[in-house]
Amino acid sequence: MIPTLAQLGKNIWMPDQASTYGPEVDFLFYFIYWVSVAAFVLIMALMILFLVRYRHRPGHSAQPSHAHSTALELTWTIIPTFFLIAMFYWGFRGFLDMATPPDYAYEIQVTGIKWAWSFQYPNGATSNELHVPMDKPVRLILSSQDVIHSLFIPAFRCKKDVVPGRYNSLWFHVTAMPPQREDGDSYFDLYCTEYCGTGHSTMRTKVFVHETASFVKWLDEAANWVVKEKPVVAGKKLYQTKGCTQCHSDDGKTVIGPTFLNSYGYEHDFKDGTKAIVDENYVRESILYPAAKVRNGFDNVMPSFQGRIKDVEITAIIEWLKSISDKGPKPLEAFPVAPDKAKAGAATAAPAADPSAGSGSAAPSTNSTSGTVGGSSNSVPSSTPATTGGSH
Amino acid sequence: MATTVTNLGLPGSVPQQPQKPGDNYLNHSRSILSWAFTLDHKRIGIMYMCGVLAAYALGGFFALMLRTELINPEPTFFKDPVQAWRFYNHMFTLHGAVMVFMFIIPAIPAILGNFALPLMLGAKDVAFPRLNLMSLYCWIGGGLFFAFILLKGVINVMFPGLIGYWGNGGLETGWTFYTPYSTTTGDSAVTEATLGAFILGFSSILTGVNFIATIHMLRPRGMTWFRMPLFLWAIYSTAVIQILATPVLAITLLLLCAERVLHIGIFDPAMGGDPVLYQHFFWFYSHPAVYIMILPAMGIISELMSVFSRKHIFGYKFIAISSLAIALLGFLVWGHHLFVSGQSALANAIFSLLTFSVAVPSAIKTFNWVFTMYKGDIRLKAPMVYALITIFLFSIGGLTGLFLGSLSTDIHLTDTYFVIAHFHYVMMGSVLFSFLGGLYYWWPKMFGKMYNEPVAIIASLIAFIGFNLLFFVQFIMGAQGMPRRYATYPAHFTIYHQISTMGAYVMATGMFLVLLNLIHSLLKGRQAPANPWGSNSLEWQTPSPPPHDNFPGAVIAGDPYDFHRWKFVSDEEGWVPVEAEADIDDDTNKAAH
Repeated sequence: MIPTLAQLGKNIWMPDQASTYGPEVDFLFYFIYWVSVAAFVLIMALMILFLVRYRHRPGHSAQPSHAHSTALELTWTIIPTFFLIAMFYWGFRGFLDMATPPDYAYEIQVTGIKWAWSFQYPNGATSNELHVPMDKPVRLILSSQDVIHSLFIPAFRCKKDVVPGRYNSLWFHVTAMPPQREDGDSYFDLYCTEYCGTGHSTMRTKVFVHETASFVKWLDEAANWVVKEKPVVAGKKLYQTKGCTQCHSDDGKTVIGPTFLNSYGYEHDFKDGTKAIVDENYVRESILYPAAKVRNGFDNVMPSFQGRIKDVEITAIIEWLKSISDKGPKPLEAFPVAPDKAKAGAATAAPAADPSAGSGSAAPSTNSTSGTVGGSSNSVPSSTPATTGGSH
Repeated sequence: MATTVTNLGLPGSVPQQPQKPGDNYLNHSRSILSWAFTLDHKRIGIMYMCGVLAAYALGGFFALMLRTELINPEPTFFKDPVQAWRFYNHMFTLHGAVMVFMFIIPAIPAILGNFALPLMLGAKDVAFPRLNLMSLYCWIGGGLFFAFILLKGVINVMFPGLIGYWGNGGLETGWTFYTPYSTTTGDSAVTEATLGAFILGFSSILTGVNFIATIHMLRPRGMTWFRMPLFLWAIYSTAVIQILATPVLAITLLLLCAERVLHIGIFDPAMGGDPVLYQHFFWFYSHPAVYIMILPAMGIISELMSVFSRKHIFGYKFIAISSLAIALLGFLVWGHHLFVSGQSALANAIFSLLTFSVAVPSAIKTFNWVFTMYKGDIRLKAPMVYALITIFLFSIGGLTGLFLGSLSTDIHLTDTYFVIAHFHYVMMGSVLFSFLGGLYYWWPKMFGKMYNEPVAIIASLIAFIGFNLLFFVQFIMGAQGMPRRYATYPAHFTIYHQISTMGAYVMATGMFLVLLNLIHSLLKGRQAPANPWGSNSLEWQTPSPPPHDNFPGAVIAGDPYDFHRWKFVSDEEGWVPVEAEADIDDDTNKAAH
């Protein structure tokens, strides 16, 4: 009877579940739900019945009755107790299932950083969206770089705090493919559910589920895509997927940290009173030791990427930073050629420089003047606009 | 019915008031200083009321701001999303901190407790009147400081230029101050804010000490423990928690300051500490604090259900003992806030089981309240309407707690809007509505004025509808997975948030009506009789408002829930003792002779 009743509440209450222990959780939820509905209706029915029957009206007065009844007191002590014990028992059993991962589960290392997730797979691949195989036990090992976060995947009915200074873990076994969403991709939601500061509400990402063969293929691509791509393209993708967008814009807008537009090659002031010009080593230092140079007007809130980023990735990011600075290197065509050939070359030189520098040079004018409300606010909250693995 | 026993109550057994007519505690002395240095528990209660209601208005304003911010996933108040998020983070922190530390914890004990407790005991004052005044000044000092620090942060977010002028301020750590966020965040005035909460805590401890001493020492002849009004049992249980748990909060907050200022490494893993340890400390106070909030509310409901049903409260002893049981069990369940923190499975299981044990006394109380109505003569005055609304909301709040006490469902629901909805049904639905019920109930005694009955009931219904619009959808979106403390959210939650925000404005409308009604009552209210409700507890047996000394002499108490000796007299619009006419005649005759 309970499962049929549960159908009534489906979709209003719990979202579709997609893990092995999901049905257990939902069963208990609807069991408590219907017990609660029954208890509530009972209390309200008695209250309304008494209210109507014994309302004050001419000719009516309070009639004597017992002010105490041990039998009744015991009734409403003992009957609820039975229900409570049942709830505790099922809750505990379900919890044991969630707390006990099967042997040899596939493991993914998860790092929470203000305000992004980083997932590292056994083959060294990293991603900011979670990719998991279908129908295999997966165990997430959780650690935090800064403050407490909490990893929550509603569809899997799992949640665990990500606490700095210790490892927590959770596991799940995916039983269903995710639904297709408005943006065309198919994924489950993953939220941070422990308040972690300014960008807490954007610390959410997607969970992609693959069949085993395509998961293996994805892993391989995810581990090697940086070296296969052009550095500038790889650098931009890394910027979009490593969580940099939370604080750094590429269009001249100040979010939480300084913008990347026209940063390379320029001189900046620091809080300690020193100055430096942004070059390759400056960028490298800022990624690995963010506290070393803190720009004037900004707080030292950036987490270190030490151990979470490879040199080849840093190189790619540097190349991309150069491409969105007007002090970056120019393509060969941009250099002045012999005067007699200049006329012919000028027409092609400008468009050739555009694809790399153009997106940057067009944006600042629109942003500094108007900063259109709808457009800018729409773009920032969606934390990771492009997907790396999903599109592969 | 045993007239000799009931005859022991006032005014039959007490000499007539010797003082001049019209003299009462409000006009007994008139200078400002006579209020500032008063030792009169009634005046202290009134001053608490002004302060606590101001704090409620402030916390309510923050709530409206944060609900307005959430009306869309896009920023509402600011163009810049980051500024909007910071504003929201300040708002939800301030709402929580002000409502918890400055409104819900002091509301019923400090206002209604201070005013009514000595009167219900037939006493002249609390046991330590000077301590009582000191706790008021702790509250005012701590509260003003706390509110200033918090508001400074909001102003800084709106006008960033001011930071250079007066420094950082505000709080955006959540009212829970979780480490290591609270020890590492740079732009929050965590140290100052915890100092404010620390001082507010002392106010709470001193009030608790005072009430316990008063109830032990100043009960009148005839009032055995099991003849105390249940409101006093509730206040007593609350006071036990206040003096046992609040020092733990004070210690925790001191450790937090030490960590932040001296970097001693208790909670911050970077310095060898354990962040989860903080959560244990914090909830060891803050979970019992939930019962500091709800127990007095339950006490009020026990009074109102009995008085307005004209029936003896059903199951007196079970209600009284369940108050103590909740107070004691409340100390053993803090770990249910840490089910997903990584604490051991064994600890989770134990805390889950203990949590369910609190549900039993709550169920006992609810059924006893409802059965008090059986065969009664129910009068739907405003306080009774509030009491019934409270039972409605408390039932939902209590039952939804079952989802959170069960381990496997809690894993899914914790830190989502389901939790927000659950504790607002308990802490706001039940505590606020019963506080308002109690306020309407004791208002005629406080000021000697009646309020407008139809307006009071309409306001309560508007607030009730608004409240349910506001919070019921939050159960649904929480079950769907909407995390709490989100300044922006996935678009598919928008419709729930909009309903919720609409409810907030409806509720606020109801609250304004309540306020207007009370102000109108002060200015133009009808003169209140000594006993407008026919209650038999002692505070109704002295004039409204009571004289400076409360009672002219020693009082002898009877059963507070025996209403037989009271009769409604329509030309006074109040209740008078059935045998009073004869007795007063006797007394005056004796005095004359």
